[in-house]
Amino acid sequence: MSLDKATVTKIAHLARMKLSEDRLDHMVGELNNILDWVETLKQVDTEDVPPMTSAVRHSLRMREDKVTDGGYVDRILANAPDAEDGFFTVPKVVE
Amino acid sequence: MSVIRGATGDWEVVIGLEVHAQVISNSKLFSGSSTTFGAEPNTQVSLVDAAMPGMLPVINRKCVEQAIRTGLGLNARINLYSVFDRKNYFYADLPQGYQISQYKQPIVGEGSLTIDLPDGSTREIGIERLHLEQDAGKSIHDLHPAKTFVDLNRSGVALMEIVSKPDLRSADEASAYVTKLRSILRYLGTCDGNMQEGSMRADVNVSVRRPGAPYGTRCEIKNMNSMRFIRQAIEFEARRQIDILEDGGTIDQETRLFDTKRGVTRTMRSKEEAHDYRYFPDPDLLPLELDPAWVEEIRATLPELPDAKRERFIREYGIKPYDAGVLVSEQISADFFEAVARGRDGKLAANWVMGELFGALNKAGRSIADSPVSAENLGGLIDRIADNTISGRIAKQVFEEMFETGADADTIIEEKGLRQVTDTGAIAELVDQVIRDNPDKIAEIKAGKEKLKGWFVGQVMKASKGKANPQMVNQILAEKLKD
Amino acid sequence: MSTADLTELGLAEARDGLKAGDFSARELVDAHIEAMEAAQVLNAFITETPDLARERAAAADKRIAAGEAGLLEGLPIGIKDLFCTDGVRTTAGSRILDNFIPVYESTVTAKLREAGAVMLGKLNLDEFAMGSSNETSYFGPVRNPWRRAGDPAAELVPGGSSGGSAAAVAARLALAATGTDTGGSIRQPAAFTGIVGLKPTYGRCSRWGIIAFASSLDQAGPMGRSVRDVALMLRAMAGFDEKDSTSVDAPVPDYEAALTGDVRGLKVGVPVEYRADGMPEEISALWQQGMEWLRAAGAEVREISLPHTKYALPTYYIVAPAEASSNLARYDGVRYGHREDGGNLIEMYENTRGSGFGDEVQRRIMIGTYVLSAGYYDAYYLKAQKVRTLIARDFSDAFGDVDVILTPTAPSAAFARGEKTDDPLSMYLNDVFTVPASLAGLPGISLPCGLNGEGLPLGLQLIGRAFDEETVLRVAGVLEEAAAFDARPAQWWREA
Repeated sequence: MSLDKATVTKIAHLARMKLSEDRLDHMVGELNNILDWVETLKQVDTEDVPPMTSAVRHSLRMREDKVTDGGYVDRILANAPDAEDGFFTVPKVVE
Repeated sequence: MSVIRGATGDWEVVIGLEVHAQVISNSKLFSGSSTTFGAEPNTQVSLVDAAMPGMLPVINRKCVEQAIRTGLGLNARINLYSVFDRKNYFYADLPQGYQISQYKQPIVGEGSLTIDLPDGSTREIGIERLHLEQDAGKSIHDLHPAKTFVDLNRSGVALMEIVSKPDLRSADEASAYVTKLRSILRYLGTCDGNMQEGSMRADVNVSVRRPGAPYGTRCEIKNMNSMRFIRQAIEFEARRQIDILEDGGTIDQETRLFDTKRGVTRTMRSKEEAHDYRYFPDPDLLPLELDPAWVEEIRATLPELPDAKRERFIREYGIKPYDAGVLVSEQISADFFEAVARGRDGKLAANWVMGELFGALNKAGRSIADSPVSAENLGGLIDRIADNTISGRIAKQVFEEMFETGADADTIIEEKGLRQVTDTGAIAELVDQVIRDNPDKIAEIKAGKEKLKGWFVGQVMKASKGKANPQMVNQILAEKLKD
Repeated sequence: MSTADLTELGLAEARDGLKAGDFSARELVDAHIEAMEAAQVLNAFITETPDLARERAAAADKRIAAGEAGLLEGLPIGIKDLFCTDGVRTTAGSRILDNFIPVYESTVTAKLREAGAVMLGKLNLDEFAMGSSNETSYFGPVRNPWRRAGDPAAELVPGGSSGGSAAAVAARLALAATGTDTGGSIRQPAAFTGIVGLKPTYGRCSRWGIIAFASSLDQAGPMGRSVRDVALMLRAMAGFDEKDSTSVDAPVPDYEAALTGDVRGLKVGVPVEYRADGMPEEISALWQQGMEWLRAAGAEVREISLPHTKYALPTYYIVAPAEASSNLARYDGVRYGHREDGGNLIEMYENTRGSGFGDEVQRRIMIGTYVLSAGYYDAYYLKAQKVRTLIARDFSDAFGDVDVILTPTAPSAAFARGEKTDDPLSMYLNDVFTVPASLAGLPGISLPCGLNGEGLPLGLQLIGRAFDEETVLRVAGVLEEAAAFDARPAQWWREA
């Protein structure tokens, strides 16, 4: 599988990163090199092999349903680039 | 089969619903902040909900229990092994840049529910699956001319997404489905079903086809939070698609919004972007493995659900299926009815609850939860009718008083002296008096004008201020007239 | 003792000295602050916190006087700038967090604080821990304190991603430091700078409050100048945390007590697949020497096979970027960090993330986004997860026969800055020996065992069974004693 610039541009958009034309051009080669390299995995027979999603084997631990957190709007907004009236803000969105 | 007539023939509308039901729990699905509705912006937000760097999710046991409970209530398969995935997309009110949801392995599999249609028939609708996921925050677009404001109080609240099979065929059926689902969730105590506050919302998938043809291309109408709008949106959308197809056009699969002011659906602009959610198992979480014994424990605590209750009401109380359906739609009205009916005449109880009580509550704009007449008092009133202390007509008067004051029937009957007159002598005296006062009418009766007997009964009742037992008046009057 | 002498102590020695009253925590901390300030040219720290350190040292002295000293009371350490620290800027080496001040403290650093350790500052790293040379940091590269004997002008990298941690410990700016290891980020820089670095079993240390790179692989661990020092640090860092769903609820042993020096009868495995073609002679000789040392100490060394070894790196470079692409989605300019405005929301995202992330991070986000995208998930991500199962199985099979595995840590000694930056693949190959254990979630330690022909340190790696850090440390202690590695970099930065 070889990536062309259009695909790389699409991925960059999916990842919400604006990359310069130069960077995109460069990225096409780099990504193709990496993808060619990982092609070696195709050699491995993984028939009937389950995927490993975690190195930990226990089941998901559950917590009790208690309110133990929240109630500190100042801390939540402390690092916000443009908070207003207790809200985060972003450029206006049209739904 | 319900069909829509088009210019070129009949069309069938095919509907599937994805209902997002907010789980009743104190704290959020993966964090310890509160789920209470209506708090000041960003006050119910933890570091986890705001997706601060390095924050990690830990699942709430109660939310898992509620999902299992709902699955059991929908006769569904509970998956003892399920997985949480990340659904990746960017949006202002999605702090993590992904929603934790369940994709390939949901906690609940196939089930079903029965809908009750206006014509009295029922239909079984398939449930495809139920999964747990996080709610997003709220974007508010009208507080600032150039900015959208973001409140994360909802961010991370547990939702159950309940997906139906595409089994629904009309707006009526879709509405019946949401009504029944809401009723079941409320019985189970897993969702409060409050559509106005957004604790129940539906995405509606609509397509049309020629009867018997394969499914057409569907459009998804997002985020509907009223039964009325769901019906309107389906009707509009079906008609829109039929018009396009009949004009030789094709339907684009897309996400649409229902414009409540204009009553039309339109393309949702923020969803025009092609999506690729890149689902993958959330590496911050592990597979959820359920102990079958726990599932059985939950099953043992399930309440009697509306369908079973309805059957039992018909059987035990001899009431009409329609009435039973109305009474069981809310647990509280079913319980109220049963408290009134137990040990009494079920039909009479149903008439009083659905007639007088519901009517009065409706008029007063109150709900049964704050009814001024308790089930015990309404039962007491019915008892007084049954033992002839008062007549049905007087009972209505007593009820009005009860609704006003909250007092019980006996107190009102005593205070107002409404006890029925059953003393033969007293009634005979009244009859004699009326006969004496109306010799001309008597003459007419004797001449064969039988219809005037009813007028005499009325006069006697009037003279007794309604308290005379009507049967006894009839009987004594008949005897006197024979003379 | 003179100020300079105090920076010569190891962590355990300094602890003993404080306990004996030979010096105060304030003196110890001051000596390290002085060393830190004299080593600016190394660029090991992103944020120095000398005032906070002095304040905490004074408090430590009070606790020592009151007989309430914690395990690491008054000991100055450095914290990798991937651990969130309450009120102290935490950047992950990225422009996108260059102004981020957490309002919370990571579990691991909170435990260290509770044990009395004194933070000197936040250590430089590759951006979001993605890199093997510390060259991807937005705050500039870290210089390795070591120089080639014949070419002192060449600026060497300290390895990465915990390059600042490694440099600070090697240059004696801190008694020890925290690192994080996703594919080798503790072990490889430890090897490049002649110190000891331990990556614990996945689930041993809490990940809560550590800025995530690849959640299924990330693990915090200690870096120090001796096996004993890292054992001591690990005891304070490890432990169950209910805030991390992948944290394992197992008791934390006294790791120092595991250093018995006795490896008689222990079975040491040497994986044949690690004898890569083109391995420098010096490294294979050192590896051989390591086997000899362990044999001499009474251990039994035998060959084992880890057949899927060659697939580990490609697997890692699918799994880690995939997780990273999602973990880094939260850096969107809305709630914290760098923001670059745009005409609408999407443009704001694209500008923020286009200018906030560096090249390597963007490259990995791109790869990760691609391998998870519709149509490619099965071919790449799912396939890699399956191969990961086979890699983990290789280890569990091997540990049926042996107690610990011995390998080189890295395929080379420290290289020069810029040497591999143009070719991402050649950079990735640095992790060839460390990545397999990461994928399997196993504990691994790197310790310095010798010098190459240019006078640069080389490390050997020991890999153990899950949650058997004790055996790893015990064997490392024996190797350490046999190797008697006492070389150290000249303090050229003080003259600079």
